[in-house]
Amino acid sequence: MKHTPFRLAAVLAAGALVLSACGSEDGGDDGEGASPGGGGEDGLTIGIKFDQPGLGLKSGDEYVGMDVDVALAVAEKLGFSEDQVTFKESPSAQRETMLETNQVDMIFATYSITDTRKEKVQFAGPYFVAGQDLLVSADSDITGPEDLDGKLLCSVTGSTSAENVKEEVPGVQLQEYGTYSECVEQLSNGTIDAVTTDDVILAGFAAQDTYAGKLKVVGAPFSEENYGVGLNKESELCEDINTALTELWEDGTMEQIIEDNVGAAGYTPNPETNPAEAGGHCA
Amino acid sequence: MFELIEEYQLLSAFWMTIKLAAFSAVISLVVGTVVAIMRLSPVKIFQSVGTAYVTLLRNTPLTLIVILCSLGIWGQLNIDLASRESSTFLVDNNFRWAVAGLSAYHAAFVCEALRSGVNTIPLGQAEAARSIGLTFAQSMRQVILPQAFRGAITPLGNVLIALTKNTTVVAAIGVAETAYRMKALAEFEPALLMVGFAIVALGFVILTLPMGMLTSYLSGRLAVKR
Repeated sequence: MKHTPFRLAAVLAAGALVLSACGSEDGGDDGEGASPGGGGEDGLTIGIKFDQPGLGLKSGDEYVGMDVDVALAVAEKLGFSEDQVTFKESPSAQRETMLETNQVDMIFATYSITDTRKEKVQFAGPYFVAGQDLLVSADSDITGPEDLDGKLLCSVTGSTSAENVKEEVPGVQLQEYGTYSECVEQLSNGTIDAVTTDDVILAGFAAQDTYAGKLKVVGAPFSEENYGVGLNKESELCEDINTALTELWEDGTMEQIIEDNVGAAGYTPNPETNPAEAGGHCA
Repeated sequence: MFELIEEYQLLSAFWMTIKLAAFSAVISLVVGTVVAIMRLSPVKIFQSVGTAYVTLLRNTPLTLIVILCSLGIWGQLNIDLASRESSTFLVDNNFRWAVAGLSAYHAAFVCEALRSGVNTIPLGQAEAARSIGLTFAQSMRQVILPQAFRGAITPLGNVLIALTKNTTVVAAIGVAETAYRMKALAEFEPALLMVGFAIVALGFVILTLPMGMLTSYLSGRLAVKR
């Protein structure tokens, strides 16, 4: 028992080491290079999805997808090089909190601009207008929500998309999972008949190698989702980002990004709503 | 606050939680008792099966078991637990698979709780039961299990409380219980997130606190005085 104070000291010392290790790691991230035009900040932390193929996906230690490419292109226009950008996962339910507490500087994560969200954060953009659509198996005869009567439809827990369909077609049955991957897996098993959410998200899944030729996006979007760049209300970057987004559409970069990331399954953005008109949602 | 409860159907969500807990509690008690008897039986193969069940299920995360039930057993093997023709096929099917997953997992804990109850019984009792000519089944039914249940009230109560809280896991397969509604609330009313948390936390306290009190009361009252 006489060694107890020693042990306690050892434990405390170890704890302190762990804590300081965390601290210095954060410091390292912040200290990466000085920024030429970011209001005195060093580097840029951007929130993206880590689990959405085609849009924001962490694969190994790389980040790929449309949101990632747009984020990098915007960051470049704001004067940040690729090395200065740190990506952070921002799951749907945590996006507002992450912005309000400044854990991230901006969020590119299929973040639809809505009035409820605007109470807590501000939005630059929209940079893309998606629409709710259906993903079905390649040989399915479903051509729109009206064919869903008596069918099994899948979406994620707590999403508006499935509720919308349910209101229109009361005969449809809803299966909800934590992620779209589970829905798409069940769809390719044939257990359920359709998956619904924004068309570009569905296209991202259909473009995956595993599902090549098995799934198709119906291509009759029945809503408008304006994807914006989420920002803290205090942020001064909003208008600059709008300018950057407009430029990206004008010089064709956006089309290229969309084609590269979600084009594989024959998906093209809805021409009636795109290019998106950026602006009007800044605080 | 009441509007919030109404809007997100929190009452029906808690009712779903209660239903999940009640069904799973009954089924896991039955399955757990059977597994416990297997582990106590003199037959080697039953012992191994019982031990394997407990080792496997107790050491697998509950989320994994529940997702496996839905994506694996229902999705891949196409085993439906409800009629496909029914207009509530998905709701029933999900609920039943959720109960199946919860029961399978907690049965392992019920089994171990019961074995701890058995350990409170002096070995002499089992020997005495055999020596007056009772078979294994008879000695289990007449002598060992009644005392084991009474001795295991506290651990069984703990399993029940854990089970009630663990029902939130089945939101992962789309059963409309409390955690599922809270997720919707977090998505649509981010400003009221903390109020939602508070309501749900309070709800669970209201559910589990009486269970704990009842457990303490019963364990004092029913314990076999030796």
